[in-house]
Amino acid sequence: MTAQVKYADVEVGTEIPARTFPVDRANLVMYAGASGDFNPIHWRESVAKAVGLPDVIAHGMFTMAQAGRFVTDWAGDPGAVVDYGVRFSSPVVVPDDGGAQLEISGKVEEKLDGNKVVVALTARAADQKVLTRAKAVVRLA
Amino acid sequence: MALNRDFVGRSFPPGEPYEVSRVKIREFADAIGDQNPVYRDADAAKAAGHPDVIAPPTFPIVVSLGSPALVDPELGLNYAMVVHGEQRFEYTRPVRAGDVVVCTSTITEIRSIGNNEKLVIETDISTTDGELICKTYNTIVERGA
Repeated sequence: MTAQVKYADVEVGTEIPARTFPVDRANLVMYAGASGDFNPIHWRESVAKAVGLPDVIAHGMFTMAQAGRFVTDWAGDPGAVVDYGVRFSSPVVVPDDGGAQLEISGKVEEKLDGNKVVVALTARAADQKVLTRAKAVVRLA
Repeated sequence: MALNRDFVGRSFPPGEPYEVSRVKIREFADAIGDQNPVYRDADAAKAAGHPDVIAPPTFPIVVSLGSPALVDPELGLNYAMVVHGEQRFEYTRPVRAGDVVVCTSTITEIRSIGNNEKLVIETDISTTDGELICKTYNTIVERGA
């Protein structure tokens, strides 16, 4: 499959509209089961606090997956992603009551050969940047 | 606690092959809340040019998480104090249902950053036929007391 977004239709600076992804404890329990990462800091408040965290935090990979979904929903084809990397700059704290909101936005940062573009991603929760140096290289149509 | 620097450059041979199933891919897609049909419906995946359902871009973490590198007691890693620092995937193609894969990991860097210890591990995820699917770069940080 080719991506639905056309290389010719994007410019450096093209913005991908921001989206908000809610995260609650049930998401983290499901993610623990599906990924095999059962570190209790992601589902047990007493353990999170005992190791100096403010509360239960999301798996970094859960946050990375949401930003990945943001990119693949935009491109139209998950198979179009050829490179994807992030730095986890701050934890996403997920309170029992109400959970957290992840706000993700993106911008085309560079156009490469072979119809590829570099998408720079921004992810915030509770006014903190939770990902930095987050970039995906996507092959467009 | 300082990690054992003797581990820098050490490679860990593949363990048991991991067989990627449609059910596991769907479970993972459900857990990340991604409804894309190419993760769930073989016909939709085929219509999109894939031989079978494909896995989301972060799925290879499931396969690489079982690396024997980090559980060797000689390394001295205190798992309770570990946070994920950075993660990167370089894809040759998406992982898909039916793939039988093995991981070969190498610890490429260990260094101190203030009170923390940083460790970088690179993993090649290949089919048992030797096709490289994905290279992962995983940076973990052991927080100092």
